[in-house]
Amino acid sequence: MRETVRFLLGDELVEIGACDPTRTLLDWLRIDRRRMGTKEGCAEGDCGACTVVVGRLDDGALRYEAINACIRFLPTLDGCQVLTVEHLRGPDGKLHPVQQAMVDCHGSQCGFCTPGFVMSLFALWLNERAPSLQRVEDALAGNLCRCTGYEPIIAAARLMDEADRGQDRFVAAMPAVAARLAALADLETVAFGDGTKRYYAPATLEALAGLTSAHPEATLVAGATDVGLWVTKAMRRLDPVIHLGRVAGLQAIADEGAQLRLGAMANHVAVRRALAALSPQLDELMRRFGGEQVRNAGTIGGNIANGSPIGDLPPALIALGARLVLAGAERGGPADGAPAATIARREIPLEAFFLDYRKQDRRPGEVVEAVLVPKPPADALFHVSKISKRFDEDISAVCGAFLLRIGPDGRVAEARLAYGGMAAIPKRAAAAEAALTGRAFDEEAVAAAAAALERDFTPLSDMRASAAYRLSVAGNLLRRFLIESRHGAAATRVAGPLAEEAHG
Amino acid sequence: MADARKRLDTAASRPIVGAPLAHDSAAKHVAGEAIYIDDIAEPAGLAHACLGLSTIAHGRLLALDLAAVAAAPGVLAVLTAADIPGVNDISSTHRHDEPVFATEAILHHRQPLFAVLAETREQARQAAALAKAEYEEAPPLVDIAAARAAGGEIVTDPLVLQRGDVEAALAASPRRLSGAMTIGGQEHFYLESQIALAVPGEDGDMLVHSSTQHPSEVQHMVAAVLGVGAHAVTVEVRRMGGGFGGKETQANLFACVAALGARRLGRPVKLRPDRDDDMAITGKRHDFVVDYEIGFDAEGRIHAVDAVYAARCGWNADLSGPVTDRALFHMDNCYFYPAVRGRSQPLRTHTVSNTAFRGFGGPQGMVGAERFIEEVAYATGLDPLEVRRRNLYGGAGRALTPYHQPVEDMIAGAVIDRLASRCDYAARQEAIRAFNRDSKVIRRGIALTPVKFGISFTATWYNQAGALVHVYTDGTVALNHGGTEMGQGLYQKVAQVVAQAFGIGLDRVRNTATTTGKVPNTSATAASSGSDLNGMAALDACETIKARLVAFAARHWQEEPEAIAFRNGHVQVGAREIGFAELVKAAYMARIPLSATGFYATPKIHWDRKAGRGHPFYYFAYGAAASEVAVDTLTGEYRVERVDILHDCGTSLNPAIDKGQIEGGFVQGMGWLTTEELVWDEKGRLRTHSPSTYKIPVASDRPRIFNVALLEDAPNREPTIHRSKAVGEPPLMLAISVLHALSDAVASVGDHRFCPRLDAPATPERVLAAVERVRVLAEGSA
Repeated sequence: MRETVRFLLGDELVEIGACDPTRTLLDWLRIDRRRMGTKEGCAEGDCGACTVVVGRLDDGALRYEAINACIRFLPTLDGCQVLTVEHLRGPDGKLHPVQQAMVDCHGSQCGFCTPGFVMSLFALWLNERAPSLQRVEDALAGNLCRCTGYEPIIAAARLMDEADRGQDRFVAAMPAVAARLAALADLETVAFGDGTKRYYAPATLEALAGLTSAHPEATLVAGATDVGLWVTKAMRRLDPVIHLGRVAGLQAIADEGAQLRLGAMANHVAVRRALAALSPQLDELMRRFGGEQVRNAGTIGGNIANGSPIGDLPPALIALGARLVLAGAERGGPADGAPAATIARREIPLEAFFLDYRKQDRRPGEVVEAVLVPKPPADALFHVSKISKRFDEDISAVCGAFLLRIGPDGRVAEARLAYGGMAAIPKRAAAAEAALTGRAFDEEAVAAAAAALERDFTPLSDMRASAAYRLSVAGNLLRRFLIESRHGAAATRVAGPLAEEAHG
Repeated sequence: MADARKRLDTAASRPIVGAPLAHDSAAKHVAGEAIYIDDIAEPAGLAHACLGLSTIAHGRLLALDLAAVAAAPGVLAVLTAADIPGVNDISSTHRHDEPVFATEAILHHRQPLFAVLAETREQARQAAALAKAEYEEAPPLVDIAAARAAGGEIVTDPLVLQRGDVEAALAASPRRLSGAMTIGGQEHFYLESQIALAVPGEDGDMLVHSSTQHPSEVQHMVAAVLGVGAHAVTVEVRRMGGGFGGKETQANLFACVAALGARRLGRPVKLRPDRDDDMAITGKRHDFVVDYEIGFDAEGRIHAVDAVYAARCGWNADLSGPVTDRALFHMDNCYFYPAVRGRSQPLRTHTVSNTAFRGFGGPQGMVGAERFIEEVAYATGLDPLEVRRRNLYGGAGRALTPYHQPVEDMIAGAVIDRLASRCDYAARQEAIRAFNRDSKVIRRGIALTPVKFGISFTATWYNQAGALVHVYTDGTVALNHGGTEMGQGLYQKVAQVVAQAFGIGLDRVRNTATTTGKVPNTSATAASSGSDLNGMAALDACETIKARLVAFAARHWQEEPEAIAFRNGHVQVGAREIGFAELVKAAYMARIPLSATGFYATPKIHWDRKAGRGHPFYYFAYGAAASEVAVDTLTGEYRVERVDILHDCGTSLNPAIDKGQIEGGFVQGMGWLTTEELVWDEKGRLRTHSPSTYKIPVASDRPRIFNVALLEDAPNREPTIHRSKAVGEPPLMLAISVLHALSDAVASVGDHRFCPRLDAPATPERVLAAVERVRVLAEGSA
């Protein structure tokens, strides 16, 4: 048991013995440390003005990631290095090449979003050489600028790449930082709080299971990309909080031959990499998942266990026939929060996990441990479409994911059509599936399936879309699927790599 | 030291005005060192305020129980209307329709009822949530249709612009058509939310740091609410994290509440609303419904236009009068209407009070004008660009606007022609038509639209500005003027003017924070007027000081005044070259005053609103944009593939800054017309009150190819500051070309035989609806 939180702020080792476990990194920086360079724009992880760069050890290697400080709870930075915009100027006062490129390209006007852009660009610069334009846009998808129209910022991203990384003090310091972070790492459970609210960050699955069975009411926090808003917007008091981010092994991704095993704490960047190998459509779906900061912080387990009716991943995973592994302490486990002796696991189809609006089949003390994703068979047709007002960093109005297996007779042998945004939970379209099954996959069958969607869904009208649009597009996505299965994505997509491939 | 000065002076060897210099704060922006109000070192004893807001949109407040609020941890005081020593009114147009705190009538959802003051912001927010309010709820009028159905109560006097007998002209027109268009509103989404920090002083003095475009108005509002003279209140702002019109009047509430709290506690008070509260409380761009009737002929010439511009104004008048006026002032865009009538209908609704937003009604007026053109084009089968050209101002008897001001500086035709040729418009249009013939799902569209935007406040008295310039004995200059910096680069442009006037380097000129204590009675930094007005006022101050220096130098060195000139880093006195600092030092020793105020009032302008006649604009700014899009006709998704812009900045004071205004304004306008959708529910609650639901453009939304050029060799005909033109607002309207490119792509579904009547914002949902409408029309006529 360790009762302090330790991390690096730049070079400085910070050790905190007590603090509100849901204090955000942003408030800590601005209020406690008076580091005013990092800004609050929205306090919900959507504008990126608060972007900082966090270094963490990933399988022993130091990774730098841009994250939103406004919804990141301070103690979850245990074992990390935090870099803010103030760290970037050199000891001689010189601007960092990333900053200088922004000045040279006229990348700031009002300047309020600028520190966030600088930090997103800095993370990109540290990690990637000569990124493509697409990659630059993806890296900036979580940063809003209302003044410049982005053109000069994109130009800065191009210009900064010319700077010599060999001379950079952050690059030079990476081995030393990695060593310092390695020295901070341990397998103790962090137990922490401010005297009224408790926080636990176990490092093993057994310790986690022990804690969740002793505190079944606890709020489980992964990347906090949603739970953060419960605090900053709903002003909810969360006690206790159990952070899953330190649990060894939960981030692992394994290729098990016929299926992928995705650890619940794998972030969306890692999940994208794994899923991209299955289908370019999944790559494109995950490319558009949140903004870069959310993809860095958010996890697949959080996305599923959160139980959103939309959650971009579940429809695709349901179409693929994914299964969920839930784990908890055997027979309820010890009541005192001590590590569980034995872990009990159960495996359910993902679609069975979602019971009703924000209600899931997660028993007291259970956590989502992993997602098992079968690889689509070679003869399967697979498609995912996310429809939103804005392409990047938006929540789906409708998300459709389809998997078809065509039998030797040329007819649809199996249809799995899953939708998000159409019901209170991500859900399969049983009537539409029935309309397709046993028929040739052609215009007529698609028209029948599209018509059947009315029996599957009674979608809502809300600020994202009307019920009529949702229903109409849900059917048109089946048409898109058919066209793409014959002519490729180029014929139906206007944006993203799937479209570019075709045009270019 | 001497060497350092010499180096500084040589920095001025190139002309400064017209140089593409970086924003004056660029290095601070990127380093996180630019200080916004929330970053100011907190004064000792700082308390934090949070507003308590109504949970209904319309009705009466029967009881407000704040006991639990007052008893919450850290709470220092609660404030209601009863605690206001002065007046409970912050109506910017003096209609007494905008209380700080509601007392009885609740007129919009999230209307402020009280404020709580606490030791920390977190405590204040937690406490505010504990209020218990009892209401008698009434059904809210949420939108234009509901307001009209309920009798159409207006918040301010409507305007009528009329020239010729429109009814007779319509009757005499070979062809007529009528229609209606809905144009959505827009949230400003300045990245820095509203904020104020009030610091009490002695004798009832109050210093307010306010993120405002209009410090003088904040000063007067705070004084009135506190019940003190304006001389007791100082309002200061070094920079805003974006304004866009959203901090012209909307900052008043936050500044007044902070000041009330500071007065009550005798301690400094800061009020920074959460983003969601900011979006729910403050006004936005007005949404409009335009009902139009157009008379025209088979050659696509417009004979008459009769239009009613109805606007959702919200719960009080605010700036809705001048905003709806400006919509009518731009219902012509670049087009001559032989007979015209425009009427505004500023409707009261139970929603936030809509306010200034970049373009100030002009964009909505112009969106209407371009719809009129489009209707005529589809009705006649002519290409929309051809119809645009045929209706431009110009030719005998074709110069008069609907408000009877002649257009004397018309260059839109030339701008259109130059742009069309630069961007190869005709060939690309043909290629797009060919592409569409073979493309089942993806359709492409292209459109070229011009902009003519009137420059000057239509409230004529606002067209004045003051500046204060100090020259210190080391030759450095402190510059202050009434304009505020919100990112648009005003400080840098005016500093360039001053540096060039004295012939010194920019590094010798220091911008100082805008404050009512230095330059009084200023106008809002709005209406694109910032550099026109403040640049001239600052130059006037410089000229006063220079005249004194010249007179002194002529005496001192026995030269004719004509032989004295301020050059790059030195002053030429006859054959002598004297350093600026040296001259200043000598002048000081001779007891010459080295500080001066400057003033400017725009000439020529006048406006008689009752008659609907006058010369409200000093000049017009022009531009044109050609946009190309790709539309997915299965989902309504689209992408802006290419945009070419040619824009008129006169002789630019700073082409880099002006280009930034053009690109940024365009993308902001594109957001307004595409993905930015405000949604209220039937209870009058704004459902799009955060960036998770309200979608402004992100990096990947900007045009794939984006060519922006400033019109060359186009000095302003009027003697504005160095013959430049205002640039803040006009480029926003270049984005209308995106709406029309989308419309063009949609029209291809019906072989360009039917006007898609694509309303704004053209969300994927609206685009798909237009596709389906055109498809049905095409099938019906087949």
